[in-house]
Amino acid sequence: MESTRFNLESEQVESIAGKSETMVLSMGPQHPSTHGVLRVVLELDGETVVKARPDIGYLHTGMEKLAESKTYAQVLPITDRTDYLAPMSNNLGYIMAVEKLCGLQNEIPPRAQFLRVLIVELNRIASHLVWLGTHALDLGAMTVFLYCFREREQILNFFEMVCGGRLTTSYFRVGGLPNEVPKDFIPRVQKFIQEFPDRVNEYEGLLTKNPIWKGRTKGVAQISAEDAIGIGLSGPSLRASGVDYDIRKREPYCGYEKFDFQVPVRTEGDVYARYLCRVQELRESTRIVQQAIDGMPEGPIRADCPKYVLPDRNKMKTEMETLIHHYKIITEGIHPPVGEVYFAIENPKGELGYYLVSDGGPKPFRFHIRGPSFVNLQALAKMCEGRLVADVVAAIGSIDIVLGEVDR
Amino acid sequence: MSDLTVFLINTTIKSIVVIGAMLGAVAYSTWLERKLVAHLQVRWGPHRVGWHGLLQPIADGLKFIFKEDIIPTEASKFIYILAPTIAFIPALLSISVIPFGSLGFFGSHAVRFQITDLNIGLLFIFAVTSLGVYGVALGGWASNNKYSLMGALRSSAQMISYELSLGLSVVSVLLVAGTLSLEKIVELQSGTWFGFIPKWNIFVLPLFISFFTYFVSAIAETNRVPFDLPEAESELVAGFHTEYSSMKFALFFLAEYANMLTVSALATTLFFGGWHGPAFGPLWLQGLLPLFWFLAKVFAFMFFYIWTRGTLPRFRYDQLMAFGWKFLMPLAIANVILTSFVVAWKG
Repeated sequence: MESTRFNLESEQVESIAGKSETMVLSMGPQHPSTHGVLRVVLELDGETVVKARPDIGYLHTGMEKLAESKTYAQVLPITDRTDYLAPMSNNLGYIMAVEKLCGLQNEIPPRAQFLRVLIVELNRIASHLVWLGTHALDLGAMTVFLYCFREREQILNFFEMVCGGRLTTSYFRVGGLPNEVPKDFIPRVQKFIQEFPDRVNEYEGLLTKNPIWKGRTKGVAQISAEDAIGIGLSGPSLRASGVDYDIRKREPYCGYEKFDFQVPVRTEGDVYARYLCRVQELRESTRIVQQAIDGMPEGPIRADCPKYVLPDRNKMKTEMETLIHHYKIITEGIHPPVGEVYFAIENPKGELGYYLVSDGGPKPFRFHIRGPSFVNLQALAKMCEGRLVADVVAAIGSIDIVLGEVDR
Repeated sequence: MSDLTVFLINTTIKSIVVIGAMLGAVAYSTWLERKLVAHLQVRWGPHRVGWHGLLQPIADGLKFIFKEDIIPTEASKFIYILAPTIAFIPALLSISVIPFGSLGFFGSHAVRFQITDLNIGLLFIFAVTSLGVYGVALGGWASNNKYSLMGALRSSAQMISYELSLGLSVVSVLLVAGTLSLEKIVELQSGTWFGFIPKWNIFVLPLFISFFTYFVSAIAETNRVPFDLPEAESELVAGFHTEYSSMKFALFFLAEYANMLTVSALATTLFFGGWHGPAFGPLWLQGLLPLFWFLAKVFAFMFFYIWTRGTLPRFRYDQLMAFGWKFLMPLAIANVILTSFVVAWKG
């Protein structure tokens, strides 16, 4: 890592030797708008960016390797800490990958699926709110930031209600949910969801038609559909370039096929288009949550599958076998069959894929995360080069990265 | 007592009072800003130190004094120390020619609510305030930091560009008033039309446009949102004062608020009739009311400043330049021409 960083510098220095007018600016890792510890090495000609190189790894914690020494249940908390703005989505992706590995896809009870969709969509709203707030803050609109965090706070309260954690939730379990949601959870979410579209109007009122905001975002950091696909962009950043790709629609998981929602697509591919896409997603997620509440089925929240899923505690008191299964799962962890799976979900930021290899033991043989932030960050250089320093900040904000997941 | 003694005592007292009041106002405008922006953003703002956080500016001031004062090793030490002073002093100086109120009486002595009435008051203000840019440019350069340098460059370019339209928009007022003395300009705005519209310059047609250009340029001059590029924290960390800490930073900080106050006071004087307003009641109240009206108008401008900050995003550097040179400047020039025609036509 050290040598890479050194090379970055020397490469810059060589290119300077040709034209003596450029200045190398190391933006980050301690910088107010690189959204964490991203470092971007900028070569500047006046205020124009000649070259931009993202330098990552300042938050590397070896999560993938770490997972190899933990049981399947213990890996779950690691996933919270990758994209810490969307912990529920990460939990869902991982849990569904394990379920696929164990062949449990069709065993999940409908109530668990609906609750999962509800919570994950709330998480999408929360994640987009942080994005909108910080993005607006980067471009100088300070008030939007606090408005967004006001609503995000409510969503975090919902998370706290269901699992006790606000940021690191570790909520979902293989086969369903660990516990039933509290009685007043659904009514409270209902109330929030009814108010929320007005709140989105409030954010939009400050930004969408604001000439300064348009000036800062329209035509800035454009990326064409070809380039976007070539780089591997996903999520709203891809859809803003005119590619209609959303895993919730393409390969529905967790019962998304039962929900009626639109996937916002725009063709401009600039910061403004990405902004509009995400703001529209806020509204669409609200619709999904509403449908999940309306169609919420009754029934169990865990699959009946004693090899992989913890049994009902009441049964344990009467059935010997159930007690044994419980003991085995708690002491050894689950033993998925030998094999490998890749499972991807539509995280708020894009395609979040988990790749798991099982050797039949209680711990994953290999664990890999295909993180949307990591892949999307590649587009940064292409977006920034030839533009102004201020646009770098706009571009970083618009691709919505979380460094916890980039570095892992 | 000789006239000279009276003059000296008079001026000394006035200077001390005005500078004290100004510094107090600067400190409390930081409180006002934090409190107002907080309420715009559905939060409380400072409310721990004193009633509604009223002692917060004092706590902040003490904190600034006790903070470690860092001078970067590679900085040019002399200029680095000098720069905040250069930024701060002109910001305070310009208040000396602004009339706060009409004559007040202390016994038999008539006292003018103004430190001195220069016959070139307006020119003096422009001369002094444009010195402030040196503080910013030198501070940024002397810090030996790339962000500071860029902030300083942006700032110099911005302040010089907008200085032009600021100057041009004031020319219209001079054309109408025919004097550079601020006291006279205020006096000319006394009285009413049709008994209820005050004869403020803002209600004179071409001067309305010059008020617009004046205030927009003034926001840019004082580096405030949406023109706060020199210290655009999201791009340049803290702009020209990135490396400054302790009291040196405080001086830059205070200079910014002092400039805001000056610009607001000048807008009040030039366009909103200065200290004019309804006067009633006993003699002492009639003496103090102008002061109140003046402060109320300045407060309205400060409120507007803060309100803008709570609402608008920031311009980009090139957009700011384009706006200044391609829109504001031509508008200001056109307005000067228009005003000259109106003045010539009216005789």
